[in-house]
Amino acid sequence: MAVLLLWMIVPLVMTVWFSFQRYNLLDPSADAFAGIDNYVFLVTDPDFWVSLTNTLILLASVLAITVGLGTLLAVLFDQDFPGRGIARVLAISPFFVMPTVAALIWKNLMMHPIYGVFGAIARAFGLEPVDWFAEYPMASVIAIVSWEWLPFALLILLTAVQSLDHEQREAARMDGAGVFAQFFFITLPHLSRAISVVIMIETIFLLTVFAEIFVTTSGGPGNATTNLAFLIYARALLQFDVGGASAGGVVAILLANIVAFFLVRSIARRLEV
Amino acid sequence: MEKSLTQRILITILGWGVALLLFFPIFWMVLTSFKTEAGAIATPPQLIFSPTWSSYVEVQERANYLRFALNSVIISVGGSVLALAFAIPAAYSMAFHPTPRTRGTLLWMLSTKMLPPVGVLVPIYLLFRNLGLLDTQFGLIIIYALMNLPIVVWMLFTFYKEVPLEILEAGRMDGARTWSEVWFLLLPLTLPGVASTGLLSLILCWNEAFWSLNLTSSAAAPLTTFIASFSSPEGLFFAKLSAASTVAVAPILIFGWLSQRQLVRGLTFGAVK
Repeated sequence: MAVLLLWMIVPLVMTVWFSFQRYNLLDPSADAFAGIDNYVFLVTDPDFWVSLTNTLILLASVLAITVGLGTLLAVLFDQDFPGRGIARVLAISPFFVMPTVAALIWKNLMMHPIYGVFGAIARAFGLEPVDWFAEYPMASVIAIVSWEWLPFALLILLTAVQSLDHEQREAARMDGAGVFAQFFFITLPHLSRAISVVIMIETIFLLTVFAEIFVTTSGGPGNATTNLAFLIYARALLQFDVGGASAGGVVAILLANIVAFFLVRSIARRLEV
Repeated sequence: MEKSLTQRILITILGWGVALLLFFPIFWMVLTSFKTEAGAIATPPQLIFSPTWSSYVEVQERANYLRFALNSVIISVGGSVLALAFAIPAAYSMAFHPTPRTRGTLLWMLSTKMLPPVGVLVPIYLLFRNLGLLDTQFGLIIIYALMNLPIVVWMLFTFYKEVPLEILEAGRMDGARTWSEVWFLLLPLTLPGVASTGLLSLILCWNEAFWSLNLTSSAAAPLTTFIASFSSPEGLFFAKLSAASTVAVAPILIFGWLSQRQLVRGLTFGAVK
């Protein structure tokens, strides 16, 4: 355990340490203690606030889409229909695709304005093809990330729906509950724990989305899709500003803990950890 | 519940429609990989064409697929096994010898998973450089094990929680030491849980792109790096890109299909029964 703790703490301490240094890999002579300069520079940098907002927008949108659609699809796939097993396997496939590949497929084969499938469909209807990443960069990234995580939500929620007591629903139907009333008053409450699990795990991964942005838009155009993870990456490895990147890292850690705190408060209770 | 024929037809169509829609990008990727380069960018997109292996041959000539794939397998399995080796004792002590701080520790571990890896990239990079771990399989195995450790510990913890304490106590009465208690009693009892935890860890390792891109270059590079090498310069060679993507995704996709039931059991943390 001590070794483990060391592994977790050492990089953290180093990050905090660097964040107070003026440390640029391109200019080794300038190493010096910088105090809170890096932080001042960071919070006065408009890019930083944009990236913070982008991180939260991405998180909230993908969560809303995957949980919302996932619930509906879970109910759909709970119904019996011919070939359900195969259809289900097909539907959950995107979860296994590595983010890099998912981003590449979507960028080049789906959303490419000239060669992409969407463009072709648009032209077939006589419309002007849309250059998705240029015109709706954030929406495009959200779409890709949602595509990856929807199957995950579906998988978890489906298991939950299947464990629902059918007699209970039957009884409600006898009492005159319509389809919607059944959904809202029986299915949804039953799913609350599963939804908590989905939100928890997705949040963990969505706060750190990187590959999708790296491959498709590289944070652009401008800083329209730069999230915190990408901003730090750009600082550290493109501008070699270790001090500034580390300050960003510390802020990211704080943000993670804030989100984690609220998440854990509201969800952990239901999970009975 | 009896449904009318039209309802059932509607559900079938809807179910299959959703499944095919979600699967379409993957299907299109595989399809494109069998086209010629000219065919891949034809507008409107070709649905009927004479398939060719040429893209696969070219991909294999440019980069040795098997070496990357082997790296992926070694690193993913190694990382998962190492994570389990650390996590089993940790989860054991948390589940059966809890202290007042156990709950807090567990949630804190989980929250560390929410900080972007870039936050600690620079320190880890410098550590690795100094320890000579850059571009080694062992280095990545360590990183992946640590990366997944919080989730693995948490999942195992929830499985262990379900084991009735009496069984372990009975074992202890019969003179079982802590080690044999874990090995002969706990492990067989929670084997399905351990297996699905390992599965998830394996998938996450396989698809991880951030550390592998930044910490490896050639010798230990897994498939995510293989794909990245095709993404930037080959951005417009759609057929080759698709072929490379297909071979990178295929192993884990098939693996995922085969193990999906097992996987679900682990992912839901026994939360939905």
